[in-house]
Amino acid sequence: MGERSVVERITDFQEVPLGYTLEEAISEAKRCIQCKNPQCVKGCPVEIDIPGFLKYLALGNFESAIKKIKETNSLPAVCGRVCPQEEQCELKCVLGVKGEPVGIGNLERFLADWERAENRKQKAESGEKKKDKIAVVGSGPAGLTCAGDLARLGYQITVFESLHVTGGVLTYGIPEFRLPKKIVEMEIDYIKSLGVEIKTDMLIGNVYTIEELLKEYKAVFIGSGAGLPKFMDIPGENFDGVYSANEYLFRVNMMKAWKFPEYLTPIKIGKKVAVVGGGNVAMDAARVSLRLGAEEVCIIYRRTKNEMPARKEEVHRAEEEGIIFKNLTLPIAYHADEKGWVKDAKCIQMELGEPDSSGRRRPVPIEGSNFKIPVETVIVAIGNSPNPLIPHRTPNLKTERWGGVIITNEGATSISGVFAGGDIVRGAATVISAMGDGKRAAKAIHKMLSA
Amino acid sequence: MPKILSKEKLSENISKIVVEAPHVAKATKPGQFIVVVPTENAERIPLTIADFDKKQGTITIIFQIVGATTRILNSLKEGDNIAHILGPLGVPSHMEKFGTVVVIGGGVGIAEIYPVVKSLKETGNEVITIIGARCKELLIYESELRTQSAELKTTTDDGSSGRKGFVSDELKDIINSGKKIDRVIVVGPVPMMRVCCDVTKPLAIKTMVSLNTLMLDATGMCGICRVTVGGETKFACVEGPEFDGHQVDFGELASRLSAYKNKEKEADNHVCRLLKNG
Repeated sequence: MGERSVVERITDFQEVPLGYTLEEAISEAKRCIQCKNPQCVKGCPVEIDIPGFLKYLALGNFESAIKKIKETNSLPAVCGRVCPQEEQCELKCVLGVKGEPVGIGNLERFLADWERAENRKQKAESGEKKKDKIAVVGSGPAGLTCAGDLARLGYQITVFESLHVTGGVLTYGIPEFRLPKKIVEMEIDYIKSLGVEIKTDMLIGNVYTIEELLKEYKAVFIGSGAGLPKFMDIPGENFDGVYSANEYLFRVNMMKAWKFPEYLTPIKIGKKVAVVGGGNVAMDAARVSLRLGAEEVCIIYRRTKNEMPARKEEVHRAEEEGIIFKNLTLPIAYHADEKGWVKDAKCIQMELGEPDSSGRRRPVPIEGSNFKIPVETVIVAIGNSPNPLIPHRTPNLKTERWGGVIITNEGATSISGVFAGGDIVRGAATVISAMGDGKRAAKAIHKMLSA
Repeated sequence: MPKILSKEKLSENISKIVVEAPHVAKATKPGQFIVVVPTENAERIPLTIADFDKKQGTITIIFQIVGATTRILNSLKEGDNIAHILGPLGVPSHMEKFGTVVVIGGGVGIAEIYPVVKSLKETGNEVITIIGARCKELLIYESELRTQSAELKTTTDDGSSGRKGFVSDELKDIINSGKKIDRVIVVGPVPMMRVCCDVTKPLAIKTMVSLNTLMLDATGMCGICRVTVGGETKFACVEGPEFDGHQVDFGELASRLSAYKNKEKEADNHVCRLLKNG
């Protein structure tokens, strides 16, 4: 699959991969050997019939192929782009044992893009209309999936979104060059075509409590997503120029600060930028910084590249684009100039010791190895906790000590009729796991209301 | 979309609008705020709810034109729609019968104390209100506050109305008169809140301040509103906006508020040009 050259792509916010051509897609799909007991499906959190859609695709029947995907996945253009297929469907593909697995993700993306380019809007098929009303809190991947699945079963769905734009993390978190917002909008339009109503600017917990929603709705799904950004609690983190990744990406992606002043939300970017963390969000923040005009961008990570939680593909693209990786490095303080603006990061060199509870070797500081990295912008990308608002305002909703809403295997919370999924349960996880949660909750809600 | 039902110019740079927003009004308590996005390309800005009417389903916002987005908001007329309003946000003012409460408002903060003063009075407190501004024209909401307060004192920097001086001077006088004060609440510019806290801290009079930090989502996600209170980082959007003033790091707050000054000027110039060219 083709990609845009580094020189070209780091000057704008357009997508990097070009997507398969028609011929490439068909020949890739033909590689699928149609296993009787397909392992790939087991690796998919939303259980797409992968051999089923690949069979149609290999025959050039794109329309049936995309229809097959949409039977279980309402957001194929999103998943084709941001799912970690290498840890899911493609990891399980038997062709991967001896060679390259089938490029399932890229093929999913191809079909979604084909449908959009052809402007063949799927006629939304939903079951017989039911009277039951269900409230979904949050229009991110968990909420949209839950809403889409329940709407297809005929339920009347209202989604409450707190922000002024829909899509949750798909809109505020993932940058344009990895997931174009036009595509997110079109996926959401599809969900709306199933009969789902989305109300923006509605902060559940504050405007209506969960208890109030239960008076009007038969069930509630909470997919309110990520919350407060984590900081390291080191001196100087509140200096100007130190961003949380949430703030930084929110300004750029949601508020379109990259189009300032046409869009009025500003962003300030220094010549030298340091991003702290080793996940996908850190890679996104680093690559955004380049595109905003930073001259030198480094990633500060306390372990080595092998332990990085980011997708290999994202690390690779960041490296290609010239991001400097300062691994085995830990910031311990920031210093500011006389105006309170950050000017350097004091760091300490680390080495890997014994494995910790996560199975990764624990980084240990090397005594006396302190050094300074001059910076004008720091972006702290070390994760976030679940959004605190609904748990705070819903006394009976049981949560873990770290804030995650506690659910059963079916996605049910401690309040009868209330389900949850996505980052509000998991802390910070992937789009597809949130979608899997939404799907599971939709099944459980349907089961509950059919009983 | 929330519709502007009425608009009134309170002074050269301060406007008052009443907006139709029944779901916000029904849930609002004193001390809470909203986020306003006047047009799709504008910023998300936090503004305090100056008044609310649950029956009519309306909220009142009073704002000062300080930059691009407030300038756009001010360009909207009666009957126009505001693109987005989110709220109520933040933790409401803590209400109980404290005894004697001095409530201080400065600048546009004067309007923001109105629902707090009203609610304190309803809860059975004796409320002494002090309001201050640069000059007489900026001294807003005087008559409204007078009806809700046991005493109302006014100050202006230039002496054009009330006492020539600062709200903190009036506060000191009340303290020096020997009156027992159970609580002080201050809403206004950072230097004013800081000075008032300096007055009450040695006397250990509990003093709450309402912080106007920068905000983006204002729902506990972005972290720009972080402020150091008692040596700990707090998030004003979900843990505030009211904090114990004796614990707040005002220096850091002032610095964080000015982080985007140059860019804000640039945006404002851009909007000025657009509005001029119609």
